[in-house]
Amino acid sequence: MSPASQRIAVEDDKNVVSNDALISVSDVSFDYELFRILDGVSFSVERGEFVALVGPSGCGKSTILNLISGVLAPESGRISADGLDNHYDRLGSICYMQQKDLLLPWRTVAENGRLGLELRGVPKSESADRVRELAVSFGIADVLDSLPNELSGGMRQRVALLRAVLPDNSVILLDEPFGALDAITRSSLQRWLFEVLDRSDKAVLLVTHDVEEAILLADRVLVMAPNPGRIVAEEKMNIDRSIGSDVMVTGEFIALKRHILNLLNDQEMGFGASQ
Amino acid sequence: MTFLVAIRARVIEWLPAIFMAVALVVLWEVLVAVFDVQHWLLPAPSVIFAELFESPGFLLGHAGVTLSEILIGFAVSIALAVVIASGIIWSRTVERSIYPIIIASQTIPIITLAPLLIIWVGTDIMSKVIVIVLFTFFPIVISLVSGLRSVDQEMVDMFRTLGASPWQTFSKLMIPSSLPSFFAGLKVAAVVSVIGGVIGEWFGASAGLGWLMKIAGGQFQTARVFAAIVVLSILAMALFAAVVAVEKWSLRKYPPTANRVIRLGES
Repeated sequence: MSPASQRIAVEDDKNVVSNDALISVSDVSFDYELFRILDGVSFSVERGEFVALVGPSGCGKSTILNLISGVLAPESGRISADGLDNHYDRLGSICYMQQKDLLLPWRTVAENGRLGLELRGVPKSESADRVRELAVSFGIADVLDSLPNELSGGMRQRVALLRAVLPDNSVILLDEPFGALDAITRSSLQRWLFEVLDRSDKAVLLVTHDVEEAILLADRVLVMAPNPGRIVAEEKMNIDRSIGSDVMVTGEFIALKRHILNLLNDQEMGFGASQ
Repeated sequence: MTFLVAIRARVIEWLPAIFMAVALVVLWEVLVAVFDVQHWLLPAPSVIFAELFESPGFLLGHAGVTLSEILIGFAVSIALAVVIASGIIWSRTVERSIYPIIIASQTIPIITLAPLLIIWVGTDIMSKVIVIVLFTFFPIVISLVSGLRSVDQEMVDMFRTLGASPWQTFSKLMIPSSLPSFFAGLKVAAVVSVIGGVIGEWFGASAGLGWLMKIAGGQFQTARVFAAIVVLSILAMALFAAVVAVEKWSLRKYPPTANRVIRLGES
């Protein structure tokens, strides 16, 4: 299925099943020591939807993912992901790819990949089979027996993503998955991610500071502002992705990019949220 | 052929150490001869070697006694260190109650404690094992705790998001990550364990290299004292080499991130 037709199917789904939020964050605040990191953040991500969270560094984007994944507990407000309201229950029930690849240096690619299944007690032979199946579309089938330090940064990120999504949970959180990579590798991985993530029945939340990445991948973009972190705007991305990377030079893409960059700049200049 | 190349590489690697040692021994021999130093005061290396090979069985027998004390003490230290380091990592209460005591225990001059130990537990192997444990436990536990602590919080969080239990995080992440630091402590402990053995034997024993040195020293058999020291150093180096061998094997199985040797003096 091409990305475009997949997208249409997703749009149809959304029309049929409305209000099927897999992630719902309502009025969430979070403090770190004396600092208010997040202040009254609310949004939701529906089944089949890909939402991007953009904002300058330090605005609490990663904290939101840590809260949804259950690593942190909110100070106030409610978070529900895949029907789990308690942050402790969400640990192990959500696919979360952190910014760094965090691969264990003493495990091969295959052993790193199956870590999530291994921790759940899935037998080694079964988890190894599932890694091998997914490794082909992830482009890492040839390096399954290599150690992480033998791989390039882009390959390591692929392994980290495989490890994160292999448990096949409904909610997928991605924290700047390609942030540490060079521009060429990044753009090829962005296209790849778009095709490899079968998200028809999942909710994907991507955190990034790269506006192009957000427009390219997401159905909806949430714009954040810092001090304290809050969501100041929400934009629907209605662009034609069927033309591949050429979409990035179309007028509508550039207009969206300018619009979102303006929203971000307004925040940084201290002009407050635009209507 | 490759075998010969490997041997040659080994010899080249050890050449500086061998050269240095030979030079020092020659200098010692020359100085003793030039200044006509009496053997009971400072024996020449040739005299010490003569002593070594005069009764090798005798020295080896005493070395065996000391070695068995060291091995038992070392094993007890490792077991204790693993249990206590795990406790410290597991709970803040354990850390706060035990850590100060561990550090305080190191401020006790063990040499003054040794005679008391003889009175408390007798002159058999137990008193030596306790002294060796007192010497070796500290470097092992400290390095193990800092190794277990060296794990990235992000790594721990990653394990948690994959649904790991605390035990799984400990065994599959923290233990392998702590190995380089753990072995650094073990190497220090291997060397000081020999000192612990000698001090333990000094205050009440009927065999062992420490006991031998004390008796021979009292009789001005200085060459025998030095011979015992030579055997003791060989023992310490062998222990050290054994730890390094186990370290190499385990780090091949669990390679740390950076396995490049850094030498600031060489570009």
